[in-house]
Amino acid sequence: MLRYLSDVTTLELDEDLCTGCGTCVTVCPQRVLRLQSRKAVIADRDACMECSACATNCAEGAVSVRKGVGCANAIIVSAFGRRNDACC
Amino acid sequence: MPRVGTAWVRGDHLGAARVRWGIGRYDYRVAPGLYAIGEPDETSPVLVTANYKLSFDTLRRELGGLDLFVLVLETMGINVWCAAGKGTFGTDELCTRIAAVELDQVVSHRRLILPQLGAPGVAAHLVKGRTGFRVRYGPIEARDVPRYLETRRASEEMRRKQFPLRERAVLVPMELVPALKVAVVLIAVMVVYAAALGPAGTFVGGLASHGVVAAVAVLAAVLCGAVLTPLLLPWVPGRAFSTKGALLGLAIGAPVTFLAQWGLSSLAGWRWVDGAGLSLLTAALASFIAMNFTGSSTYTSLSGVEKEMRRALPPQAAAAVVGLLVWGLSIALLR
Repeated sequence: MLRYLSDVTTLELDEDLCTGCGTCVTVCPQRVLRLQSRKAVIADRDACMECSACATNCAEGAVSVRKGVGCANAIIVSAFGRRNDACC
Repeated sequence: MPRVGTAWVRGDHLGAARVRWGIGRYDYRVAPGLYAIGEPDETSPVLVTANYKLSFDTLRRELGGLDLFVLVLETMGINVWCAAGKGTFGTDELCTRIAAVELDQVVSHRRLILPQLGAPGVAAHLVKGRTGFRVRYGPIEARDVPRYLETRRASEEMRRKQFPLRERAVLVPMELVPALKVAVVLIAVMVVYAAALGPAGTFVGGLASHGVVAAVAVLAAVLCGAVLTPLLLPWVPGRAFSTKGALLGLAIGAPVTFLAQWGLSSLAGWRWVDGAGLSLLTAALASFIAMNFTGSSTYTSLSGVEKEMRRALPPQAAAAVVGLLVWGLSIALLR
């Protein structure tokens, strides 16, 4: 399976705020989160691609992540002060 | 309300092939709004998608024999996932579009089915609060929609984004075209330099020998970075795309460059130094071009790519400069 760099994601989960609704588990395209004892847990942290599907859809604000697109071209283009639309 | 068919006609196939090569990509759009598939009534499901025509076509192609509505959001001709990343496939646009088409007058239920990859842009709980419509996230791929509609459930496999060979292959043209645009400029400069200052003695002689070898070196880098890296992605060692590109550049680009040097120029005397300089340039370029595939891939994070670039850009730049200098000085000075 394709894996990217380890120990980089900004994903955070506050278990005290989690109500165990499971929405974050549903929307994650990398299956990073899992429900365990009626709470979300981070089961595969290094697979996180920081798309923020989980954080955006958490009604309790229990999940947070710095949302971004992992696109070298966009980073280069925006470093030159141009609009960040290189990848899509 | 427009009713659309589910089969692709010739224009749909041609259009899809065209935008895969980047031609008129941002103008390949359908009008935002509500569309009917089959003979939907007020109880029929409502699917939501982006107004990139390839996204819309990919979805409707899977809906043969079904009766339902498709709500198309204004995403400026961008696909669902990228638009969700930017926020144009988002809560505000969804709520605005629901009101604009008066969806509450069209259907009696209050349910929407969104593609899972729309989730980065849409806050389901906010949509419920603002419109009364409950967002359900369907599967990632359009091909799984019929089964989802039947069972109301997406399996674990349907919810995991895969990146198979076929999917990587269709992205290759969009890596190739921009890379070639830059490559052509670099080749032009190197060919003229080789023709003017190379050891061949005559302009045409230099162009046909060292000039062509330089062109081969740059094109080999494009091949490794823009074609082979996407295609061979899971099988090339390393997690960083720059590593994969550099390895392919060394394993394939460099030998191709040496072969060209041997066949079109020479490896005798000091001439192997030309090939060594070009090979270093090939590896550096391949690594850089490969790194640009991060944006088209399905599993890289911003933090990860930032880390990769901090690590990879300095050696890439150093290798490219040293390679160019070695080659340039070698063909101009070593006789």
